[in-house]
Amino acid sequence: MAFRSKRPEHGGPPELFYDKNEARKYVRNSRMIDVQTKMAGRALELLYLPEGQPCYLLDIGCGSGLSGDYLSDEGHYWVGLDISPAMLDAALDRDTEGDLLLGDMGQGIPFKPGSFDGCISISAIQWLCNANKKSDIPAKRLYCFFSSLYSVLVRGARAVLQLYPENSEQLELITTQATKAGFTGGVVVDFPNSAKAKKFYLCLFSGPSTFMPKALNENNEEEARESEFTSERVPYRMAQRGIVRKSREWVLEKKARRRRQGKEVRPDTPYTGRKRKPRF
Amino acid sequence: MKLLTHNLLSSHVRGVGPRGFPLRLQATEVRINPVEFNPDFVARMIPKVEWAALLEAADTLHLVEVPKGPIEGYEHDEKFLRQMHHVLLEVDVLEGTLQCPESGRLFPISRGIPNMLLSDEETET
Repeated sequence: MAFRSKRPEHGGPPELFYDKNEARKYVRNSRMIDVQTKMAGRALELLYLPEGQPCYLLDIGCGSGLSGDYLSDEGHYWVGLDISPAMLDAALDRDTEGDLLLGDMGQGIPFKPGSFDGCISISAIQWLCNANKKSDIPAKRLYCFFSSLYSVLVRGARAVLQLYPENSEQLELITTQATKAGFTGGVVVDFPNSAKAKKFYLCLFSGPSTFMPKALNENNEEEARESEFTSERVPYRMAQRGIVRKSREWVLEKKARRRRQGKEVRPDTPYTGRKRKPRF
Repeated sequence: MKLLTHNLLSSHVRGVGPRGFPLRLQATEVRINPVEFNPDFVARMIPKVEWAALLEAADTLHLVEVPKGPIEGYEHDEKFLRQMHHVLLEVDVLEGTLQCPESGRLFPISRGIPNMLLSDEETET
């Protein structure tokens, strides 16, 4: 990939970025499939749909339908909207259950008012923050998207949009336009201490504001805090304090750090970091 | 594209507003795609259905056995729900066009996917 270190939004419009090669990754790469499915699961959890009721949902930026498959498995019906023909072709090849539409979310969502019981979106709406043509104005496109989304949802429905904001200004731009369109709600940050597992979910409610869902955290008692963007590097404290590498303290500290990042870590036991007997 | 989706789709060409419904359907290829029957879901969708639009669409596809409107106590009428399930979820339009009733704009449907992309002049923004 040519834009490996950069963000894909900087490379051009999404319908060109998500080409045949990129679409193939979303069909074949098991890690990508796993990440997408997990995020869809979390987004559905944050929607707080009534138990045991099949709902009619909208998936914005459905791509190859990985998130939609999860919705189908949970017994819901869905309609997917995406701008990339290659990704929709991949969805057709995978034989997804939902109906697909080729469309641009920045041009509004072409449905009657009150059509959907909820909306999810996985890693899509940050694309709206970039202008690819002279005529594109991100704030206007975002407003058009959110106002049409507000109208297609039934009153009191929720929308959970997972996104990768580039910086805090971008997040603010998105939330401002969502509020302007009439939504209430805010951002839930899962695993704020981890660089990779950290995920932003924009939880929007149409109608009166209800409770905000709690973010996932390794130690659950801790309150979800707003995470701050910083370009500074966090100093590597362990090296400064002079803990011997591979010693028990070093191992315990590393395990604690990985736990904070939300990774799977074996429990601490008396055998953790213990030296083996010399064999000879 | 299922007829349930067609029944909710509305044109979003600039200046059309609520008059962009219903989209006129022309189909050249239709497939019947079996879907598992879920009476709860079909019953929940009945109040959302616009019957005039559904009957018009069913007429252009020459479908038979389409209920003319919601009947008393439809939640428990399995025959009615099965008929509606077939019309709304199993009939799949593969090739054809959708036409905006106000502006006359054509949206092509290919491989079952309607192309709702607009040009710059047609968008609201």
